[in-house]
Amino acid sequence: MLNEMKLSFDSRSSNEAFARSATAAFITQLDPTIGELNDIRTALSEAVTNCVVHAYRDTIGKISITVTIEDGSLVTIRIRDKGCGIADVKQAMEPLYTSAPEEERAGLGFAVMQSFTDKVSVRSTVGKGTTVTLVKRLSRRVSNG
Amino acid sequence: MQPRMVMDENKLTVYLTGEIDHHNARSIREAIDCSIQSNKPSLLRLDFSGVTFMDSSGIGLVMGRYRMMSLYGGRVRVVELPESLERIMKLSGLGALNIIGSEVHEYAE
Ligand SMILES: Nc1ncnc2c1ncn2[C@@H]1O[C@H](COP(=O)(O)OP(=O)(O)O)[C@@H](O)[C@H]1O
Ligand SMILES: [Mg+2]
Repeated sequence: MLNEMKLSFDSRSSNEAFARSATAAFITQLDPTIGELNDIRTALSEAVTNCVVHAYRDTIGKISITVTIEDGSLVTIRIRDKGCGIADVKQAMEPLYTSAPEEERAGLGFAVMQSFTDKVSVRSTVGKGTTVTLVKRLSRRVSNG
Repeated sequence: MQPRMVMDENKLTVYLTGEIDHHNARSIREAIDCSIQSNKPSLLRLDFSGVTFMDSSGIGLVMGRYRMMSLYGGRVRVVELPESLERIMKLSGLGALNIIGSEVHEYAE
């Protein structure tokens, strides 16, 4: 049984909180623990912030989020932008690497995503955009579809 | 929202509240820096007891204030950290700077 929701919104920083709340509200039907929900909100916040700060650096573009829940416990979140893309994904994912130190970015966004979910994958094309996929398996399994 | 700040002798305490993300971090940072510049405290205490959420923007906020206080020869302490934020704070490497938790002599006051 698959259940999916999609969101699309402008890359304005005021939408970061909205993205976290809307995603968390959808996942609540799986009865996650407070800790799990917080982990998801934190990882998602990093991915969405990266779209706002890096992908659409001096412009406003669309950010889309797709959340699917499967099996009553498996959460997959895709965060997609059509921004500048990442030339070297491996370097970008290294802890403390940031291309924007002047804005007090800590360079820990990907490290946080990795620590707070089970799997992070990144697909990116320079000039076309980036898709970050976060996967998290919840400890409880909800049986109603 | 602007954090409440209390200056007591050489000690500036900032009571952070709500969610610290990229959107909110800027105004929080500006308010704290403004107070640091006018009060020149020797100790900056960042009280996290009212913080309900933070991502790595909160780490950037702490690191930035640490750097700023170092310029004045001052110190930073992160105090009253909720349990839910311990993991992200530790992951940051801020633990290695030894600025998390109250200093022993602070308790003795
Ligand atoms: N969606 C994106 N589009 C373009 N570049 C990105 C994107 N996400 C991350 N990056 C690049 O990867 C780097 C590391 O990201 P991250 O670990 O979140 O650290 P930070 O955001 O603090 O710089 C960024 O500095 C940026 O160069
Ligand atoms: Mg980031």
